[in-house]
Amino acid sequence: MSTLWIILTGALVASTCGIVGCFLVLRRMAMIGDAISHSVLPGIVIAFLISGSRDSLFMLLGAAVLGLVTVFLIQLFHQSGVQSDASIGVVFTALFAVGVVLVSMYTKHIDLDLDCVLYGEIAYVPWNTIQLAGIDIGPKAVWGVGLALLLTILLISVFYKQFKLCSFDPALAAAVGIPVALFHYLLMGLVSVSTVASFESVGAILVVGMLVVPPAAAYLLTERLSRMIVYSVVIGCFSSVLGYYAAHLLDASIAGCMISVAGVIFLLALLFSPGHGIVFRKWNRRQQLSS
Amino acid sequence: MSDWMTVFADPNVQWILFGCMLLGLSSGVIGSFAYLRKQSLMGDALAHAALPGVCIAFMLSGSKSIALFLIGAAVAGTAATFGIGYITRHTRIKQDAALAIVLSTFFGLGIVLLTQIQHSGNGNQSGLDKFLFGQAATMMQNDVWIMAIISLVLIGISTLLFKEFKLLSFDPGFARGIGYPVAFLDQLIMFLLVVAVVAGIQAVGVVLMAALLITPAVSARYWTERLGFMVALSGMFGALSGLAGTFISSTGNNLPTGPLIVLVATAVFFFSVLAAPRRGILSKLLLRASARSQARQEQVILQAVRREQDR
Repeated sequence: MSTLWIILTGALVASTCGIVGCFLVLRRMAMIGDAISHSVLPGIVIAFLISGSRDSLFMLLGAAVLGLVTVFLIQLFHQSGVQSDASIGVVFTALFAVGVVLVSMYTKHIDLDLDCVLYGEIAYVPWNTIQLAGIDIGPKAVWGVGLALLLTILLISVFYKQFKLCSFDPALAAAVGIPVALFHYLLMGLVSVSTVASFESVGAILVVGMLVVPPAAAYLLTERLSRMIVYSVVIGCFSSVLGYYAAHLLDASIAGCMISVAGVIFLLALLFSPGHGIVFRKWNRRQQLSS
Repeated sequence: MSDWMTVFADPNVQWILFGCMLLGLSSGVIGSFAYLRKQSLMGDALAHAALPGVCIAFMLSGSKSIALFLIGAAVAGTAATFGIGYITRHTRIKQDAALAIVLSTFFGLGIVLLTQIQHSGNGNQSGLDKFLFGQAATMMQNDVWIMAIISLVLIGISTLLFKEFKLLSFDPGFARGIGYPVAFLDQLIMFLLVVAVVAGIQAVGVVLMAALLITPAVSARYWTERLGFMVALSGMFGALSGLAGTFISSTGNNLPTGPLIVLVATAVFFFSVLAAPRRGILSKLLLRASARSQARQEQVILQAVRREQDR
């Protein structure tokens, strides 16, 4: 049973991140997931200090607020003339530093482990369950990430056309009257929610990887956005299943193995993709030269 | 006051202060080239990518030798730069995605190796992960020496190749046209970044090393339009952050060094955003206010003239 729960959680994280990640890769904002997953630390610590409990609802709330603050600050500095990647770098490192200082100032004798908050372990997912009316209804992580996935699917499918246009041609989108800024913040909000919902249970690195690696592999395989999203979800789910068994075989970190498998799939796509793969392009070029 | 003096009198603290200052200086200098080449987040990616290198170095040697760790981290970092360069050059994937891909796969691989080491029951492994989070206070004099020498070499190379790097940052096409080895210089800057990251990991840790490469450079960009001045200023901001952060950390409240250095750098950044001439918020507000009052004066004069004409 616990195997099933772990794989299910991995697949849910992969699907959520896979959908949102496609838009991030297209809009050249792939590093934002990394930024958010680091900068929520002060939010978590402050929520913990205020509420005094390790109740994950408070922490989730604190993290979500900080996620939005991060996005807002990045946008603010970017608009005032700092390059976008540099403004990402400035904001998330500063917030992370604040978080680390807060942890070492206030939580020395309280049980708030930095590694535990930042690098949640997916192997413990099955034991952290919710009780509803006395009945065990499954792990908390599955519910949290599942809700994030539902929200993502709902928003993306309702506003698919708008998100698509904003990603490919923001100027045109603005010209035809789509509120580009609103959709930007909506997308960033989705990134924030899915990052925060996932990383507490499965670890930051799995989220960051799943936000980028499967979408990038899918980007090499197809020219259509709808197909790219489907491929990205499939690749993400496949790597979480395979990664789990690889971790079982190697006796190593499950999240690490899932990412490594996704990395291998990306490498395969990079080499052998029919349209964009390096091997096929070389082969085509040779064919053209000889003819 | 006497508290201050005792801190400065401790030779070990003096060493660490000196080392962190040099570290900030060199990463500020390298970081400003990275900023202009839109590779600010490269430092973050490289710092994460060092993890598998450190693990492999430990697995091969079985000892916790700092020098071996640094070599492993440098090899892994260089491999990461090649990977990022290859992906951006040969596919349609852009640099940011390439960075994120390399960062997460290398770090994921590193975690796999780390758990392997931990599960293999090697009693010597404790502290391997602490190496990655960084704590300057635990540095020995030898470590500081290594860091200082690396920083000096970095500063030396960037001074010698200043003209080349300048051209490469602003107009790589022209640089290629007049016969500079652009690919080599490109890789050289990346390699310098790797070296700076590796040198700093021990003092400030993986995540925050990225800040030392980005924040001083961005702050310096606010003050000037000239590259030479910007590089010098960025180095100065970095050195100031290193010095002040380490000093606050060592005055006894037992806070970790890395985050404090970063917070000082961030404070400098905020000051620059507010107070820099021309680009800063204050000067923009002043400019707007003076433009408004000037317009108002002109309006008054115009009205007066019109009244004269009407008469």
